[in-house]
Amino acid sequence: MREAAIENIKVPAKRPSSERKRRIWRNKWLYAMIAPGVLYFIIFKYIPMFGLVIAFQDFKPFFGFTGSEWVGFKHFVRLFTEPDFLNILSNTLILFAMNLIFYFPVPIILALMLNEVRINFFKRLFQSLVYLPHFLSWVIIVSISFVMLTMDGGIINELLVFFGFEKVNFLLSNEWFRPVYIIQVIWREAGWGTIIYLAAIASIDPQLYEAARMDGASRLRQVWHITLPAIRSVIIVLLILKIGDVLELGFEHVYLLLNAMNRDVAEIIDTYVYTAGVRQGQFSYSTAIGFFKSLVGLILVMFANYLAKKMGEEGVY
Amino acid sequence: MIEDRTINGRIFALVNYLLLTIIAIITVLPFLHVVAGSFTTSAELAVKRFILIPTEWSLDAYRFIFSTNTIFRAMGVSVGVTLIGTIFSMLITSLMAYGLARRDLDGRKYIMFLVVFTMLFSGGLIPSFLVVKELGLIDKYAALILPSTISAFNLIILKNFFQNIPEGLEESAKIDGSSDFGILFRIVLPLSMPAIATLSLFYAVTYWNTYLSAILYLNDSAKWPIQVLLRQIVVLASGLDTSPDLDASVPPPEQTLKMAVIVVATLPILCVYPFLQKHFAKGAMLGSIKG
Repeated sequence: MREAAIENIKVPAKRPSSERKRRIWRNKWLYAMIAPGVLYFIIFKYIPMFGLVIAFQDFKPFFGFTGSEWVGFKHFVRLFTEPDFLNILSNTLILFAMNLIFYFPVPIILALMLNEVRINFFKRLFQSLVYLPHFLSWVIIVSISFVMLTMDGGIINELLVFFGFEKVNFLLSNEWFRPVYIIQVIWREAGWGTIIYLAAIASIDPQLYEAARMDGASRLRQVWHITLPAIRSVIIVLLILKIGDVLELGFEHVYLLLNAMNRDVAEIIDTYVYTAGVRQGQFSYSTAIGFFKSLVGLILVMFANYLAKKMGEEGVY
Repeated sequence: MIEDRTINGRIFALVNYLLLTIIAIITVLPFLHVVAGSFTTSAELAVKRFILIPTEWSLDAYRFIFSTNTIFRAMGVSVGVTLIGTIFSMLITSLMAYGLARRDLDGRKYIMFLVVFTMLFSGGLIPSFLVVKELGLIDKYAALILPSTISAFNLIILKNFFQNIPEGLEESAKIDGSSDFGILFRIVLPLSMPAIATLSLFYAVTYWNTYLSAILYLNDSAKWPIQVLLRQIVVLASGLDTSPDLDASVPPPEQTLKMAVIVVATLPILCVYPFLQKHFAKGAMLGSIKG
């Protein structure tokens, strides 16, 4: 009590550093509160970041981070000379491009459509139904797809046969991996993705629409001239975040779809790191790949952010 | 002119409703098909090609999966990890969020920067795996919880929420002699129940859906949570060969059985979904406010 009272009297401190020291001492319990969290970030986020040094070593688990032999850029050189890696990189980039082209616009379109709905009950019911898949794990999403798409008794193939088509091997073929992947992404995420656009749309001044209606603008024209420009910055921010995730395609999802029959198109950086690192014990090489991926992601998000700011948008940070 | 516009407008609205209805049906249909499929016999499923309503109902699949203790054990692991993980995560996250929300905490800006930076850059899979291994957490349930204790995203949401609580309340509590812990647990947390509920549900869903940590850190199949088991059961029957852990001597499970396991693994999420839904729009919005 007395301590607090003394501090409340504003005595000009002799040295600012001693005042700060006192403030820090007064807040010691606050520091105790954040300590477990800070510890978490140090142990599980920052030590692994420093662990990236093993990309420049021939890491042997026995010798640890500090005792292993330094080999410079050996693993990175191997990375770029290995024909396998180019294939994996292009698989990754193709899936990313498909995400941008086929998935990214879907929530925007859905939000615009939903915004035209005037019956509140319908709107809420629709939202309840399409948000649901987002909360289910990839394991469940992929499992449901499996039982529906499998050649022996899956409903989709049974229906194909019923209508006189051949059965299609959706799960064990190179051609069908990408369509199946992107449809699952849309199925799981498109509904949930609308939330942020709906919020942006909700904050648009209704007077704008009224004025447009007075001028005889149809609903489509209102969408084009009012709604879309109004949510432009939200779209750009989400686009930046998406680009930052360029190599972050969801390990679980792809890994669950991956098998010996579609490995040529389905092996992406993440799954390769897992196989080479955890399964085969090539710790240094797979860390080098992971490092490359994290770095590219960081550079891209900074670049996209810079571009957005150039274009007069706010950017992410 | 005006007449014409309303007709156009009506057609537009009608088409819109129709499309949205179709989209909603397509989204839900796979779930309904799987639920229906789990309540019938394999023969029925193979022959009748029904989508929604089987002619013959049966509980065989459920009777079978509950006659073995594999599913029970996996569900038990998942429930335990979800409960303990959620409580632990919420505790650590609230403590840290409250500290960072206090403007008089020296160095909070630096700590916030370090938190946000982890959202942009990470050490990646292998170094994280090695850290967990060095800590001796392999084949321990703690490996499913500790490495994902705090979601930086949830932390920022909660910190922003705490910051919006009027400072006067805390000040007066301080004058009454409350400690920082007292203020957090007696004043700040009770005022933040909507945010606490939302984030707990987010954490719970994440823990329930844990898959990657489990395949990374648990080699012992007796410790698998339901997600890993579900995958094994479905993949096993699809004749895929990605996993070396498969036991080839077991005959592939029937289609109905797989559907029943999917339903069982999904059920807990469906149970909390109404609560989630009540809060999540708010939660997602909070997150869009920059930290």
